[in-house]
Amino acid sequence: MDFGNLFELVVAASLINNFVFTRFLGLCIFFGVSKKMETAVGMSITFTMVMVVSAALSWVVLTQIMQENSLYEGSPDLTFLKIIIFIGIVAAFVQSADTIMKKVSPTLYYKLGVYLALITTNCIILAVPLINAGENYGFFESIAFGLGSGLGFALALVIMASIREKLEVADVPAPFKGLPISFIIAGLIALAFTGFSGLITL
Amino acid sequence: MSVNQKSNWELLKNGMFGENTIFRMAISLCPSIAVTNGLQNGVALGIAVMFVQTMVNVTVSLIRSFIHPKIRIPIFMLIIAGYVTIIDMLMSTYARPIYKEIGLYIQIIVAFASIFARAEVFASKNKLVPSFFDGLGMGIGFLLAMVVISFFRELLGKGELWGISLVSGNPLLIMILPAGGFMAVGLLMGFFNWVDMKFFGGKGASGV
Repeated sequence: MDFGNLFELVVAASLINNFVFTRFLGLCIFFGVSKKMETAVGMSITFTMVMVVSAALSWVVLTQIMQENSLYEGSPDLTFLKIIIFIGIVAAFVQSADTIMKKVSPTLYYKLGVYLALITTNCIILAVPLINAGENYGFFESIAFGLGSGLGFALALVIMASIREKLEVADVPAPFKGLPISFIIAGLIALAFTGFSGLITL
Repeated sequence: MSVNQKSNWELLKNGMFGENTIFRMAISLCPSIAVTNGLQNGVALGIAVMFVQTMVNVTVSLIRSFIHPKIRIPIFMLIIAGYVTIIDMLMSTYARPIYKEIGLYIQIIVAFASIFARAEVFASKNKLVPSFFDGLGMGIGFLLAMVVISFFRELLGKGELWGISLVSGNPLLIMILPAGGFMAVGLLMGFFNWVDMKFFGGKGASGV
């Protein structure tokens, strides 16, 4: 396993192809929880963890069960069901993580449980397994991609939250208050992020 | 059984304007920026969403009395994922060039909050016909928003509409860049808020 490659994948997924700013996924959550720094950090931590685990889980299911001849000799090709199966895996994993966390570590659950419930509505969580499947990534590559996209999302959330906290006291024209101005700010950040393109040529 | 006494036309109108998914409710935003760099892509995704939204509403409304409330979320998810798989396969066969660009976003329809929300809020409590019109209205509203955003972005960013070149000269490249998408949505949202405040006395929907 070449660590240079994996590192490249993490950087590419988090900075160059940042999910929020160049692929526009996970915007609902991005605008929803970026109002306060505290919630943004909580969401980032939870999200990155879930992302890595679900990337790994869906890789296992895809290559060991769904692909032709993978489960046993002559097992059928089920890859056309990947949308249904991946959303099922993610939902089941989030639900079980929720239950386990409540039992094992109530303090952690009190802090992060809310975000866990929100995560199933995040499109990135579904996009990462789908892209992994489309690009035929191996096990460690899948995990690296999941980690990179989680970190990228965390970075985007933290930047946005710190700006929006300042924005609370800014004098914004009435029709632009709230979401519209956040969109324009996101546009400006996205413009800055285009500077990262060309950092690595994959 | 029916909680809602609105006429079918009112339901349609509510979906198109009053509770427009993107500009008023501010949910399902991801595709509104991702695929609106061209009118063709925007319309294709809009139609896909319209189909899924309507069919999910119809299906949920038909089987609503058989679904146990405790397991409704996974059931709705399965129904949505089923219809998304259908439209995904149809588009990958019959609209190959467009599918290559927006394929990922078609698959992501599963995670759209708006579709799930309508199934939960409306279709699981209402009869077949109102659910159908509610879904259709929501779908049309989404399609309208996609058309408006992609109209401006393609015209300003490439100087063309539906792939046909209209304006010569240097287009505003920023409009088709990711950054332009955010700004276009932000400006349009602000504009609609302004219209609402100015002419209808609303408070504007700042959403989240």
